[in-house]
Amino acid sequence: MFYILAAVILIFSFLAVTSRKVMRATVYLLFVLLATAGLYFIIDYNFMAGIQLIVYAGGIVALIVFAVMLTERIGDKIEGPSTMQMILAALVSVIGAGVTISVLLGHNFKQASQDVGQDVSRIGENLLNYGDGGYVLPFEVVSILLLASMIAAIVVAKRKFEN
Amino acid sequence: MIQGIGVTDFFIISTLMFFMGVYGFITRKNLITILIAIELILNAVAINFVIINKYLYPEGLHGQIFSIFIIAVAAAEVAIAIAIVIDFYRTHKSVSVEEGEMMKY
Repeated sequence: MFYILAAVILIFSFLAVTSRKVMRATVYLLFVLLATAGLYFIIDYNFMAGIQLIVYAGGIVALIVFAVMLTERIGDKIEGPSTMQMILAALVSVIGAGVTISVLLGHNFKQASQDVGQDVSRIGENLLNYGDGGYVLPFEVVSILLLASMIAAIVVAKRKFEN
Repeated sequence: MIQGIGVTDFFIISTLMFFMGVYGFITRKNLITILIAIELILNAVAINFVIINKYLYPEGLHGQIFSIFIIAVAAAEVAIAIAIVIDFYRTHKSVSVEEGEMMKY
């Protein structure tokens, strides 16, 4: 199961950055996000998988699909990169990935010996905990950020032009 | 935990996903596809946090909570970016980054 999800993630993330049709790239991104939710499911983090499905696969992809439908003609091919740019970008990515993976393979991670069961209520308690190691301040900051970005999105998208 | 699958396997997947996002970010010329590449990068980072939480520090919750914050920030970022893209399309009749040179000089 892990290898199927890994193959789906790698193939579709490659297609998402190389496809010449924007709508298809969006659908490939959706597959990548769904496979990521699958990864969270097979390591037993059901709450994370639920958030991934609802916010990423449900919300963000729907927003991107709306933007594509408002700005592009479906079926039009977008302009591809020049060969020089493609080679340079591929070189940067391959070198970066090579260095990172070689470091990863050389490092000895101390894996935890026993698995601790997952209790979703602990996440909620931790997010609203204002004692030591609690996350109530970042939680509130994120809620303000979401409100501000919602207002900003409405203001920017409703802007009127004189000309 | 899954039998036979170590923490490194997950890290290799998220690394490859991250650098595919970097590749797309550099080569793409359409604003929406650049946004898709950014989503790939953010998603790879969120996977890393969750996997570190699961495999290295299973008694804590910090990796999952950071992933939740990453997802929330990504949602806010996409909402604003889409608004900017639609506004850009209204003024330039295109969503190509080549057109956006108004603030260049």
